[in-house]
Amino acid sequence: MMYLFDGSFEGLLTAVFEWFERKPGMVLLKVEKTFQPDAFTPVFKVCNDRIKADRVWNGLQKKLDKNWIRKFWCAYLSENVDIFNSMFQFTCYIFKHENGVERNYGNEHVLSISKMATKVEREKHRMEAFIRFQHTADGIFYCGIDPDFNVLPLILNHFKNRYADQQWIIYDLKRHYGLYYDLHKVEEMTMDLTHKNLNQSLPHQLNAKEELYANLWKDYFKSTNIVARKNTKLHVKHVPKRYWKYLTEKFD
Amino acid sequence: MLVNKIEMSERLREKLSILADAAKYDVSCSSSGSDRKNTNKGVGNGHQSGICHTYTEDGRCVSLLKILLTNHCIFDCAYCVSRKSNDIERAAFTVDEVVELTMNFYRRNYIEGLFLSSGIFKNADFTMERLLRVVKKLRLEQNYNGYIHLKTIPGANDDLIKEAGLYADRMSINLEMPTESGLKLLAPEKSHQDVIKPLDFVQQQIVQFKDERKLIKSVPKFVPAGQSTQMVIGATPETDKEIMHTAAAFYKNFSLRRVYYSGYIPISNDTRMPILGTQPPLLRENRLYQTDWLMRFYGFNVHELLNDANPHLDIDIDPKLSWALRNLQHFPIDINTAPYRLILRVPGIGVTSAQKIVQARKFGKLHIYQLKNIGVSYNRAKHFIRCEDTPFQLKDYQATQIKAFILAESQSKYLKTDNNQLILF
Repeated sequence: MMYLFDGSFEGLLTAVFEWFERKPGMVLLKVEKTFQPDAFTPVFKVCNDRIKADRVWNGLQKKLDKNWIRKFWCAYLSENVDIFNSMFQFTCYIFKHENGVERNYGNEHVLSISKMATKVEREKHRMEAFIRFQHTADGIFYCGIDPDFNVLPLILNHFKNRYADQQWIIYDLKRHYGLYYDLHKVEEMTMDLTHKNLNQSLPHQLNAKEELYANLWKDYFKSTNIVARKNTKLHVKHVPKRYWKYLTEKFD
Repeated sequence: MLVNKIEMSERLREKLSILADAAKYDVSCSSSGSDRKNTNKGVGNGHQSGICHTYTEDGRCVSLLKILLTNHCIFDCAYCVSRKSNDIERAAFTVDEVVELTMNFYRRNYIEGLFLSSGIFKNADFTMERLLRVVKKLRLEQNYNGYIHLKTIPGANDDLIKEAGLYADRMSINLEMPTESGLKLLAPEKSHQDVIKPLDFVQQQIVQFKDERKLIKSVPKFVPAGQSTQMVIGATPETDKEIMHTAAAFYKNFSLRRVYYSGYIPISNDTRMPILGTQPPLLRENRLYQTDWLMRFYGFNVHELLNDANPHLDIDIDPKLSWALRNLQHFPIDINTAPYRLILRVPGIGVTSAQKIVQARKFGKLHIYQLKNIGVSYNRAKHFIRCEDTPFQLKDYQATQIKAFILAESQSKYLKTDNNQLILF
């Protein structure tokens, strides 16, 4: 049997509720948009229900510790269709058993969620590292990103705590939304962007000192390298080429 | 006016190039271990695990803006580029220039903080006082709460060092040479005692401040990310045993967070050291770090890894495998019953996998496919473990045979680059 849902977190949790209400046996969870029907498998469409979803979410929070709740949330942010199914199976597995089964790394769904969460956390950490703000003419520190996963919700607190005395915008160009910090609070925002390039602003949009500090940073990056130890393989392993477009020190 | 401005920024770029170049042989880059909060809406905070913001083309991480305040120096240490007798360009930052650079790099998320070191000009106190002025200005005037790694200048007044410790997250002094005799050979003016005294002083202060904080919460933090040191490897003929025993003693006596090992890169024609153009001992450096990790995270004692019978680390295999092959009497161990500390000693199983194994086996006996999924490097580990579906094996292999099996399957990442080391064998 197949369950179809709309890809939302609420829908995923509602699906779990529906399963326990019907107990139809083995079920696969699929996303409606990408679903290809076949001739024989019966299909059930999950309708989002706030109350049902909340009950499942509260139950899950009682069963799992904070670390696991975070892993679960991270796995969702991966936006991966297969991991949605794993999350569904995992939640059913947790509710069917005694407390503590989330530590059973022999179970394929436990392991795949754990692995996916690690990937998402890695991407989150990379964004914390590779974001390069540009100081714009109107005083805002801006950076556009296109991360592999939807990590904006995860990096929000880090940047809010760290850059408390400067206005900043981090904009996800792939998912068309961003975060704006106005010295008091962080808000979600959307922009009409005419140019798609990351961090390729026109000179007149930038603060007068921006070019100087970008150049100083490039100089520093060159001077701190030890030529006798050149190790391109390791360099690329740590800074995969798909991130170079973020990095001021990699611009010519 | 405009021309003047351009000239000034050109001069700043020049200074940065000189003073970053001179600081790069200090390998410490860690920005971890400090949980300094961003108080009263300033800028910056500590990140418990640290963040590497980029990596240089030699594969080393760039986390901190690592610079010297000046490369003028009154000492003439043979292993150092900034030594008095070396004919190089000299420069010095003003206090304000360092503060400006740090703040502007930090605000753009280029760096995690500042690593400030210096050549010794005039005397130790004068130098330390200048370093202190930079960190005070950052903390008190700029409201900066990011990471600061500061060099303790040996011989500086205790009061200056103590005050610096209130603003820095980490302090360090480099041991430079692993043995006293090595240091005497290359830097006759220095001794290990010069390093030990301030290391010990800072350590005592850390303990004292921590104790006081337990009683009175408002006591400020003192060097919250602890101390570290660095040794140059391969400039003088020490054995690996001497190096690691020195490191172990410093970890123990001064509760150091890190000891760094820096493969010597020839910088002069001094006949006491390897000649110019010699490849830096990268593989040896790697083996030393592996040993360091085994001591800190895998529960190994330095005597198990390096002793009079084995004064050098194996070049072709890592120290963990090398220990296991010397101690086959402990193996094979049963993954489903063995205690954590023994699982940790199996080549091919790391800390994360070992933790997952002890969690997962509570729910049922583990099989080979599960070990592989968990992340165990099974082709290496299989010679040392038994699990639920390990095939029955009649024959016990010798250490040399197991080594040959493992080497045949693995390709050393150093084979292509480091020819002149392997030709010896």
